[in-house]
Amino acid sequence: MEPVSTISGRAIPFGRKNIDTDVIISAEWLKTISRDGLGKGAFAVLRQDPDNLFDSAEFKGSPILIAGDNFGCGSSREHAAWAILDLGIKAVIAPSFSDIFSGNAFKNGIVTVVLPQEAIDRLMDVAQTDAVHIDLEAQTVTTPFQDRYSFEIDAFRKHCLLNGLDEVGLTMARGDAISAYEAKASAERPFLVHPA
Amino acid sequence: MNSTAPRTLYEKIWAAHVVEDRDDGTSLVYIDRHLVHEVTSPQAFEALRLTGRKVRRPDLTLAVPDHNLPTTARRDASGARVPIADLESAAQLAALEANAPSFGIRYIGDADAEQGIVHVVGPEQGFSLPGATIVCGDSHTACHGGLGALAFGIGTSEVEHVLATQTLLLKRSKTMEVRIEGALLPGVSAKDLVLHITGVLGAAGGTGHVIEYTGQAIRDLSIEGRLTVSNMAIEHGARAGLIAPDDKTFAYLKGRPYAPKGEEWDKAVAWWRSLATDAGAKYDKTIVINAADIAPSVTWGTSPEDVLPITGLVPAPESFADPSKQAAARASLEYMGLQPGQPLSSVEIQNVFIGSCTNSRIEDLRAAAAVLRGRAKAAGVKWAIVVPGSGLVKRQAEEEGLDQVFVAAGFEWREPGCSACLGMNPDKVPAGERCASTSNRNFVGRQGPGARTHLVSPAMAAAAAVTGRLTDVRELV
Repeated sequence: MEPVSTISGRAIPFGRKNIDTDVIISAEWLKTISRDGLGKGAFAVLRQDPDNLFDSAEFKGSPILIAGDNFGCGSSREHAAWAILDLGIKAVIAPSFSDIFSGNAFKNGIVTVVLPQEAIDRLMDVAQTDAVHIDLEAQTVTTPFQDRYSFEIDAFRKHCLLNGLDEVGLTMARGDAISAYEAKASAERPFLVHPA
Repeated sequence: MNSTAPRTLYEKIWAAHVVEDRDDGTSLVYIDRHLVHEVTSPQAFEALRLTGRKVRRPDLTLAVPDHNLPTTARRDASGARVPIADLESAAQLAALEANAPSFGIRYIGDADAEQGIVHVVGPEQGFSLPGATIVCGDSHTACHGGLGALAFGIGTSEVEHVLATQTLLLKRSKTMEVRIEGALLPGVSAKDLVLHITGVLGAAGGTGHVIEYTGQAIRDLSIEGRLTVSNMAIEHGARAGLIAPDDKTFAYLKGRPYAPKGEEWDKAVAWWRSLATDAGAKYDKTIVINAADIAPSVTWGTSPEDVLPITGLVPAPESFADPSKQAAARASLEYMGLQPGQPLSSVEIQNVFIGSCTNSRIEDLRAAAAVLRGRAKAAGVKWAIVVPGSGLVKRQAEEEGLDQVFVAAGFEWREPGCSACLGMNPDKVPAGERCASTSNRNFVGRQGPGARTHLVSPAMAAAAAVTGRLTDVRELV
């Protein structure tokens, strides 16, 4: 995974709440056995509208998406993260995210920034005309107008994103601890560790 | 935490599975059971292959195809495989069929009697057990919480992580108790209950929480009913749902193929009994719902939180306090082709789908058949299908003669799979048409582009088939 430190550029002022992963990428796109090329299907239902933001000259290819509450709710499909990434989006700012989506986003190097609704409203305004800047190290979102919003991020996620770390490799290095757990659990709860 | 302090069911399962706590507040958590299907696994297997990694515990992993499989016959009269017309679906199914043996994973094939929807197969095989941590690349994994397992959906990168390490890095969730006091009224099912809960909590109400469903109405439910409730925990935002295991749970599991046997069984039951939430344990949040307030329910919009009793009227967008909900309701009503103030029981439907991991178990089929016995679908209903959750459910239903009831009423009797719950296989609802559906999501385009979904219970779906409109099943029994 590529390390991420700052993300700057135009932010798509999308703002809708309860955007589910069926809207982000519908089921017909889930038949792929690869991670690539899903941008074509991203937000396809919304992009039937010729005036949609995602294909507008102004916002096409923008690295940041501003969304409403509960972004990425519904299905666990990681295709939603792959599709967003393939559109060029590297960060999503919203008042809240579904738990599964924010995990999937993180594992693909997409930064999910949680900010209160007032901040979102302000950024939606700024995004109409100007760029937004996200600094992962400082945990801030700033604008050219002195706006400065701090956000929280899980320390482990931040560390992995900043350093582009592969979580599977990190955990495999803890193989001894996993084996020790298995030995202990085998004695206490063999029925869980060894199916009939 | 002091080990003698009263603990919730969730806290006990969590504590039993921590491999190690880390300084950053996350924990490495052991995963006891991993269910794999064809849609969310190919990229995970590909990553293992590229990095030369193996599956750490193939014996704790079970693969079964369900999402893409057509629900029509899979073998012809000579026993040869019926080709799948959609080449991408065929390729994805072939990838699972090849990946499972090459990584040493147990695999249930497309034409095996045990094949079915992964969330029906896990409990049915006794692969899913109380107190276990269970994951699958599918958000409805919450379903297995009906047995008292900590079960949740994961993305493909996490599928890869579990395959390679049998663990996940997790942060402990907050806990929420949803207590249903009193008994459900006649004609009100587990599905109506969970739709009602989703209406009360909202689609994001459970975010960040694991919900434990408690109270008399939950205790009274069969295991099938509990699986239905926990299945839709994700529809109110909770990553997982839990229902404490009890004698009903143990009776359901005993003798199933992967369930513990003999002395192991006794040991297991003793541990399972110890998992119940202790008196005095604290949840981060408690919601109390009176069971008597719940009627047969139906969704009117495009979020599962858009729930009303069948006796209700389509709401006006202005009736919502939140401006963004008003906008969402306006868009929903336009998509759904409904007018504010219209009685829900006047809404005509053209399609009926009985199936999905929410409602495709034997009890669900019995409930629908009880309404349909001696009746037929209305003339306006163009397409009505029943898709059993597994080959074993299908066989049992046939032994009970339920298939004959459905066929006599004008339904098609299909092979097991996810079917019309999601637009991935040939079973789709045509654009602009309505479907009374026992599935779990009424999202825009979920059952096919432009399809209009009304989520209901199996008995309500059967009632809608008979009258050709959304109908209060209590009028028919």
